[in-house]
Amino acid sequence: MEVVDKDKTIPGDALKSQEYFVNMGPQHPSTHGVLRLVLTIDGEIVKRIEPHIGYIHRSIEKMCEKDSYRQIVHLTDRMDYLSCHINNVAVCLAVENALEIEVSDRVKVIRTIIDELTRLASHQLWWGVMGMDLGAITTFLYGFRDREMITDIFEETCGARLTMNYNKPGGLMFDIHPNFQKRTKEFVEHFKKKLPEYDQLLTGNVIFQERTKGIGVMSKEDAIAFGVTGPAGRASGFECDIRKKNPYHVYDKVEFNEVLLTEGDSFARYKARIQEMWESLSIIEQLIDNIPEGPIEEKTNAVIKLPKGEFYQRVETARGDFGVYVISDGKKSPYRLKFRSPGFSNLFILDKIARGSKIADLVAIMSTLDLVMPDIDR
Amino acid sequence: MEKSALKELITSWAEGIEFDEEQEFLQVNIPREHLHEVAQKLKSTPETSFDYLFCQTGVDWPDCLEVVYHLESSQHGHIIVARAKTENRENTTLDTVCDIWPTAEFHEREIYDLLGVVFNNHPDLRRLLLTDEWEGHPLRKDYVDDINMINY
Repeated sequence: MEVVDKDKTIPGDALKSQEYFVNMGPQHPSTHGVLRLVLTIDGEIVKRIEPHIGYIHRSIEKMCEKDSYRQIVHLTDRMDYLSCHINNVAVCLAVENALEIEVSDRVKVIRTIIDELTRLASHQLWWGVMGMDLGAITTFLYGFRDREMITDIFEETCGARLTMNYNKPGGLMFDIHPNFQKRTKEFVEHFKKKLPEYDQLLTGNVIFQERTKGIGVMSKEDAIAFGVTGPAGRASGFECDIRKKNPYHVYDKVEFNEVLLTEGDSFARYKARIQEMWESLSIIEQLIDNIPEGPIEEKTNAVIKLPKGEFYQRVETARGDFGVYVISDGKKSPYRLKFRSPGFSNLFILDKIARGSKIADLVAIMSTLDLVMPDIDR
Repeated sequence: MEKSALKELITSWAEGIEFDEEQEFLQVNIPREHLHEVAQKLKSTPETSFDYLFCQTGVDWPDCLEVVYHLESSQHGHIIVARAKTENRENTTLDTVCDIWPTAEFHEREIYDLLGVVFNNHPDLRRLLLTDEWEGHPLRKDYVDDINMINY
């Protein structure tokens, strides 16, 4: 038998590391949709990340140029489907501001409550998926169990669980269901007991903390320069909460804190969302017993025509600063309509903050940025 | 800063800067040859310090393409809308601002992809949303696609 000479079978050069490209996605469970990342990796270390997007680009902005303003509302919840109600409201507010329609307090309060319920549902889903990305399947089940209660409330009131279409320019489609207040209060009571469980299960977990603390650190300057908003930006200390900066609905009348952290790592982004859930619960509690009486819609023309000019409406979705920029030439469709989606700006910081980390950490970082691909591709 | 004070300060930076105060935000039209210089000043001057580019988009007008920059100062909280027009619809070059606001790199790739504005000195000007082989720029008003577009 021939004796294998170890030095000859593995020449010294072959042991040297070599950089190579790996495609992560477009079909990959932890990219949360059809996102393709071209990674330059050296062993387990990520050297460069190049995001490729557009796999579900549906040219919503081009479609809007032919649609009426009432139709456009129904396209927006196909973008960030987890913040569907907030997106709907953004277009409605843009149209209402342009036409100088003032909706009743009832509409404002109901919109605020449902906005916050939507934010909670989005953060619950994110929490479940975040745990799963790091290998904890239980969180997924917990998150979805609690989210189910919110989607049930939506289903009862608007007939849909995900793409709600509860708003139209000028008000609401229909009044809230008689059970709405009762069930929302039940949910708030239920979730106040469950949220500490989230902390026990994941936040305090040593493995989880080791995987997220000090990983993917984003400085405040980077957050501002790359336009990273929402909980991800606020975890770096960037004061970007539109609810505080340009209050809409009744956000100037309720008490809540803008969650601001300074660490800017994955764990801070995680904590920011958990704390935001407490703030949302507090906003709902302040409003749910005080829904004023009033009309649920203002009169608008069957065909809405905006006056000539430009209108920009900003709202705070679960992911950050969402903007609707309408250029109107006085016709029934906008001349140009741009959706400033928070996910688009949040995605492209990835290369900056995840360089030099391990592939498994890249998944954690991506998870804390909370990307929703239809929002980015539009 | 108040609108009038901003207006006074920015007017002194370059020639040909025009303002429009009819709209919600203060609008400033920057001549394309001064675009990069004025953008740099908007960001670096301490009184303005517009460091957060929250929206950048392009518009197709009948005689030119226009790029709109929505800027906010995280320090002062004021907002300005800067605009720059290309020479016409065939010669569509503008200077990039992605060395000033890094987020512009991807917004500019999207604008190039959908409207065909070519950004000088952009480090990586490729299509972003559509495939590399795509012909034309779909957000232009005269774009025709018989297969994918429904006319109604």
